[in-house]
Amino acid sequence: MSGNGKVDMIPIILNGEEVEVPSGINLIEAAQIHGREIPHYCYHPKLTVAGNCRMCLVEMGMPMRDRGTGEPVLDADGNQKIGWIPKPVIGCGTNVAPGMRVNTDSPLAKDSREGIMEFLLVNHPLDCPICDQAGECRLQEFAMDYGRGYSRFVERKNVKPKRTRLGPRVTLDDERCILCSRCIRFCQEVAKDDVLGFVDRGSYSTLTCFPGKELSNNYSLNTVDICPVGALTSSDFRFKMRVWFLKESPSICTESSSGANTLVESREGQIYRIIPRRNDVVNDTWMTDSGRELFKQVQSESRLTAHRSDGAEVTLDAAVARSVELLSNDKIAIVGSCNSTVEEQYLLRKLADQTKAETHLSGHFGDDDGLLLSADRTPNLRGALATGMVKKYPSDNLKPLALQLGKGDLKTLLVVNEDLFALGITKEQIKKAKIIYVGTHENETSKMADVVLPSLTVFEKSGTFINRNFRLQKFFQAVPGPAGLVPDFLVLNRIASELLGEVAESLGLESLWKEIGKLRTSCLKGIAYREIPSDGLALDPGKLADLPYVEGPALNFSPSKVKKAVKAKPKAAKV
Amino acid sequence: MAVAKEKRIILKYADAKGYSNDLPCYLEHGGYDMLKKAVKSKPEDICEEVLKSGVRGRGGAGFPTGMKWKFLDRKSGKPIYLICNADESEPGTFKDRQIIYKDPHQLIEGMMISAYAIQAKQAFIYIRAEFFEGARILDRAIAEAKAKKLCGDNVLGSGYSCDIVVHRGAGAYICGEETGLIESLEGKRPNPRIKPPYFPAVLGVYQCPTIVNNVETLCNVKHILEMGADAFAQLGIPNNTGTRIWCVSGQVQKPGYFEFECGALTLGEMIYDVCGGLNPGRSLKAVIPGGSSAKVLRADERFTGTLKDGTDFDWGVTDIPLDFDGPIAAGTMSGSGGIIVMDDSVDIVEALANVNAFYAHESCGQCTPCREGSLWMRKITTRMCSGGAREEDSDLLVSVANQIEGRTICAFGEAAAWPTQSFVAKFKDEFIAKANQPAPDDDAEGPARLRLI
Ligand SMILES: Cc1cc2nc3c(=O)[nH]c(=O)nc-3n(C[C@H](O)[C@H](O)[C@H](O)COP(=O)(O)O)c2cc1C
Ligand code: SF4
Ligand code: SF4
Ligand code: SF4
Ligand code: FES
Repeated sequence: MSGNGKVDMIPIILNGEEVEVPSGINLIEAAQIHGREIPHYCYHPKLTVAGNCRMCLVEMGMPMRDRGTGEPVLDADGNQKIGWIPKPVIGCGTNVAPGMRVNTDSPLAKDSREGIMEFLLVNHPLDCPICDQAGECRLQEFAMDYGRGYSRFVERKNVKPKRTRLGPRVTLDDERCILCSRCIRFCQEVAKDDVLGFVDRGSYSTLTCFPGKELSNNYSLNTVDICPVGALTSSDFRFKMRVWFLKESPSICTESSSGANTLVESREGQIYRIIPRRNDVVNDTWMTDSGRELFKQVQSESRLTAHRSDGAEVTLDAAVARSVELLSNDKIAIVGSCNSTVEEQYLLRKLADQTKAETHLSGHFGDDDGLLLSADRTPNLRGALATGMVKKYPSDNLKPLALQLGKGDLKTLLVVNEDLFALGITKEQIKKAKIIYVGTHENETSKMADVVLPSLTVFEKSGTFINRNFRLQKFFQAVPGPAGLVPDFLVLNRIASELLGEVAESLGLESLWKEIGKLRTSCLKGIAYREIPSDGLALDPGKLADLPYVEGPALNFSPSKVKKAVKAKPKAAKV
Repeated sequence: MAVAKEKRIILKYADAKGYSNDLPCYLEHGGYDMLKKAVKSKPEDICEEVLKSGVRGRGGAGFPTGMKWKFLDRKSGKPIYLICNADESEPGTFKDRQIIYKDPHQLIEGMMISAYAIQAKQAFIYIRAEFFEGARILDRAIAEAKAKKLCGDNVLGSGYSCDIVVHRGAGAYICGEETGLIESLEGKRPNPRIKPPYFPAVLGVYQCPTIVNNVETLCNVKHILEMGADAFAQLGIPNNTGTRIWCVSGQVQKPGYFEFECGALTLGEMIYDVCGGLNPGRSLKAVIPGGSSAKVLRADERFTGTLKDGTDFDWGVTDIPLDFDGPIAAGTMSGSGGIIVMDDSVDIVEALANVNAFYAHESCGQCTPCREGSLWMRKITTRMCSGGAREEDSDLLVSVANQIEGRTICAFGEAAAWPTQSFVAKFKDEFIAKANQPAPDDDAEGPARLRLI
């Protein structure tokens, strides 16, 4: 980098062609920028360089200079001579330099790769037909692309343990392990839980957990993701599904405000696993183990699937009509949610404006883990602020609502996704009010509600969230929701229109964002849905930057203005 | 021409009658005089002397020691460390242990002078795990030296302080590779480090500048100071200065270790004159001149070419001069000075099977070519010796070795590849003949027939 923060570009000669690459990167990255693959196993962009697999060997040379004078050494034609390194160099451990010659396809590079491929396969089991990795296996792929295609190995293969439990969620097949040490480095460098290591030596080296330890940290499944072969497998996903049948949908983890980018993988409407999606300014290539479990809520027993009105199952139309009726009086309060999408929060705000309702919000807080589980355990608290659904940073309860209820003048409560009774409201306090509940799962509040509008989980709808970095991120529907359910934003839009006596216009995310983009004082002003990139859009928080956010420093996040933790706040909130 | 006499400098007293390995005895023989001289000189002057002496490392690679010391990163401001590599485990090598067991104070003095010269903050002796007694001897010697202010705090009142800590090795050959050694010293698996960026002189132990030198190399420093660089450089021949301790093993009548001026005698003179020749009725078949990693020489090979100084040479194996550059000119190396002699009773495929078993067992397993290649070669040669040889095995062996050489993290890759490459290249007929040997009647006896050492 040069002083002005811009990356310096330098010229290198890649396979005979002069190209520009950013300084400071290695040959694997440089080649990739220009569409050349340098196959590799042990290198991982987010881990230190180990240089052990040797798959990335390439031929390299530098323009020659006289040792004494530093002058370029010229050949007969007046061109600077190239000092080719006689041995191949590792692309992962070699950084670009001006004028460097790199050949990824020369006979030396090809021969090196072929040799490494052969070596990796000689003691590798023929497990592909039963191996979870098949279809996304680097060993399979590179064997096809760079291998000899036949075996010269007539000896007996090594035998190693096939089913070692490394921890509650990870199972190891040692025979498939190519000893790349990615998993070990991940535990040391990212999870900061140094529990894995090799024992024995040579080709008998075996990955194992240190005695008395297990791989149980909340990031353990990332080792499965980065294992280039089928050695580390998810005990949950193991043997469940062939990966080539899985459909990938980009999504966002809703576990906390870190907003890890994910891929939800499903087949025929059923989700099989969630894996991280690389985003270098958010989650790098990681996500929590707990976040991967969230899809299980889709089929949970307590899932709300039917619209209800006064205790009876009704149609959507009837439920909407009853809701409009209940919201038509003038003593209304709304309980919004930090789990709602930006679009839903915007529509709640609109509804609140229309009905002159006061909107309450409670945060859900825990401890920061310094990585991707942040103290704010909701995905979209900042959305509630950006849309103007609420003006103040929430505390962790609904005491202000309790005060309002205490005055006895609330007739209708619209509650989104929250259980009032878990947030400091008593049954006694709401006795006189009617409740409309919008949410995915049954809770004490939905059980008492007069109207229940079941909603879709994050996996069944599309929308946006704003994470702790004030990054506006899109997620997409992965699987269909329960029959008869429509997205919350359509329901809310219908209620808002019908309250005005109008018929709701058909609405899509794009058209809704045309409205959102008109919010004058919001950091969302001027944004068009279509223009939000797949890796998110950094918002300028403006004056929202000064609120007392709870998140502490973490992966790709440093709170510029974290004030005191909100946990200490409830007292201050007492009006 | 009469064969040169041994010139014992480093081993001068080691085997002398009545010489013991305690401090009083060492002091009686002029011990630590050079350390006294050293701490009164400027460190950079000693470095300059070492550079001028031309002394080359005795650990295997023969790199000029003075030059290595110059590479030290002194700008970082980090503490500098000195490590003595006493892991001596190259098959055929048994010289360093003579010094450690019989004359430990010479090593300590050499180390303290070197430590002072490079201004090391702390020194280590990384000693092979199997040298239990050696470690005890060194510990005791260091305690003696410390009591007399010959090492530790404020050495000889000079204000310079440096401790020596004896660290017992982890019981693997790879612990002798300097970056593997450093990892091991830090308490980890001895996985060699990638270079770049981890050159010991810049990012060595604890990521600080570090010098790793062999036992014999460090002892030489004392003698360079004693004689002066010019006199030292007069020993031996240009570019091959000083003496070397050669370890001769195998089928000679009088194996042992011998210290000679570099280039003072030929391989033939060593075998036939110094070591009493081969056993009666036997003829020379092959010699490995520098520890098992060095390429083997076939008795009837000839080598021609021009030396660096411009003189032409035309040598048989027995004409190769014992120094650094002679064996290199013959396409091999003097390595750690371990000369392994094989007579015509040796089954050359079995000999390679033995060497391959060693490397397959000792590969750290970190990088793919060495890890898989060394074991594959072992599996092939073991099979060949168990009645399963095929004609194509010789070519396959070389191909596997070629896929290792030059593609690994550390020089173990070459050490594992060179024996196979050279054995097969030079004795291909015997490898092919193996395929036509009848298989043993009883398969179960196959492995038993193989004489693995
Ligand atoms: C596989 C391997 C094993 C080695 N073992 C030893 C050893 O046992 N002792 C030793 O002094 N050097 C050994 N070396 C050489 C060291 O890496 C290093 O070059 C040497 O200690 C430097 O000392 P010198 O410059 O004084 O020769 C070994 C090298 C390799 C590649
Ligand atoms: S790890 Fe890859 S190559 Fe190995 S068995 Fe599994 S799918 Fe096949
Ligand atoms: S288990 Fe996978 S990630 Fe870990 S070392 Fe083996 S191949 Fe690499
Ligand atoms: S060459 Fe062999 S000993 Fe050296 S690092 Fe690689 S596997 Fe280990
Ligand atoms: S990617 Fe493994 S050595 Fe470079």
